[in-house]
Amino acid sequence: MPVLGADMERGTLSRWRVSVGDHITKGDIIADVDTDKATMEVEVFETGVVERLLVQEGETVPVGTPLAVLVADGEAAAASTPSPALAPSNDGAAMPPVRVEASPLARRLAAKLGVDLSAVRGSGPQGAITRVDVEQAASARSAAAPVAAPPVATPPVEARSAAVPAEPPAAQATQPARPADADRRAAMRRATGALMARSKQEIPHYYLGTHIDLGHALRWMEEANLERSVAQRLIPAALLLKAVGRAARDVPQMNGFWVDDEFRAADGVHVGVATSLRGGGLIAPAIHDVDQKSLDQLMEDLRDVVERARSGTLRTSQMSDPTITITNLGDQGVETVFGVIYAPQVALVGFGRVIERPWAENGLLGVRRVVHATLSADHRVSDGHIGGRFLTAISNYLQEPASL
Amino acid sequence: MNESEIRATVLGILARIAPEADLTQLDPDVEWQDQLDLDSMNLLSMMVDIERATGISVPERDYTKVSTLNSCVAYLMSHTPVTH
Repeated sequence: MPVLGADMERGTLSRWRVSVGDHITKGDIIADVDTDKATMEVEVFETGVVERLLVQEGETVPVGTPLAVLVADGEAAAASTPSPALAPSNDGAAMPPVRVEASPLARRLAAKLGVDLSAVRGSGPQGAITRVDVEQAASARSAAAPVAAPPVATPPVEARSAAVPAEPPAAQATQPARPADADRRAAMRRATGALMARSKQEIPHYYLGTHIDLGHALRWMEEANLERSVAQRLIPAALLLKAVGRAARDVPQMNGFWVDDEFRAADGVHVGVATSLRGGGLIAPAIHDVDQKSLDQLMEDLRDVVERARSGTLRTSQMSDPTITITNLGDQGVETVFGVIYAPQVALVGFGRVIERPWAENGLLGVRRVVHATLSADHRVSDGHIGGRFLTAISNYLQEPASL
Repeated sequence: MNESEIRATVLGILARIAPEADLTQLDPDVEWQDQLDLDSMNLLSMMVDIERATGISVPERDYTKVSTLNSCVAYLMSHTPVTH
């Protein structure tokens, strides 16, 4: 059961999309998982054949529980020896080692922190697991532990793993347990509340704000949109996203995690986008490598995560590793938002509504379209001076929209 | 497309974007962004769907002219090619 955010303690496997004997390829969707917040599509990070399904449809299991056993292609041809590839095993002594790409440092750290590398999605070259990936997995797991979860019947992992038949019973396969919308909303509120309470208790927030002139950026965007089809048009959120991504790369103290009483800068810039769900609730899926993507690609990614969040079809890779988060309440008419940091991240950027206001520049007074940008940051990692540099960097990038 | 067909098309698009909304309660003269809690991504999706369904591409500068059900239907009617 993959970790899909620091506020996730357990998940319900609502549907298997594969059967024993199926050949699956890295990136395939193999199952749907219900969490307190949404239904997620579980991707697989290995290629091979499904040997066993360890969790039945409708079953709720803690984060880190093995879901299935996959025989990697090479291993199947060599010795037909199964290896757990989809999730960590609590009774892993009976399993052969998992073949994963990870740096020596990541392996040592995983051993120290008790993190099973087979459950970690690597963000390094060719998907290799880095030190930060391991730290984030450990942090998310430990952060989730104190959350008071709704009561669920969860059999002991070891006993279940040994006793579960190779195929789930047909009756359960056709009637997966799915929480009612009201229950899910209540559970989501509890999960969000628990995470935010912990964040406010543990993180010494400081807050900064600045008004940013968006005139250049919006004029550039509107002219660019004249040349585009409706489906390819940009929206201001894409420009703000890219500016934050590049500023986070420039000011690494904003981009990473607080783990084990120290800051660990992230290798990539993966921006969580706080997304309100229709009918209530909040979720923050990640867009990866924001600083390196074109505006067109970011627009496509933004559309994808928002639609998936709202339709309940997010993928596990979109929920697992944001390094900084943006919340944008401008569409709701809010002028200023001071957000709560998503632990173990160390910074959150807020944007309000774009408004026209008097703006003095070079001794001349005019009317500009302006947005109020705010920063909530972790004082254990940075101070106002660095936070100010970060907000200024965002503003500077937005003054040069063609370079975004 | 006649007016009733365009209206039904727009309502169908709204139903997809805001599936939880009771569109029978929609005031056709009040901005739907406020009534249906739509954001800029929803509005862009609407414009994409409108173009796909009607063939009419609403330029950004005209977004304020299609912000209610009635104004949107009127706009699309005025931009629908006349057939003889």
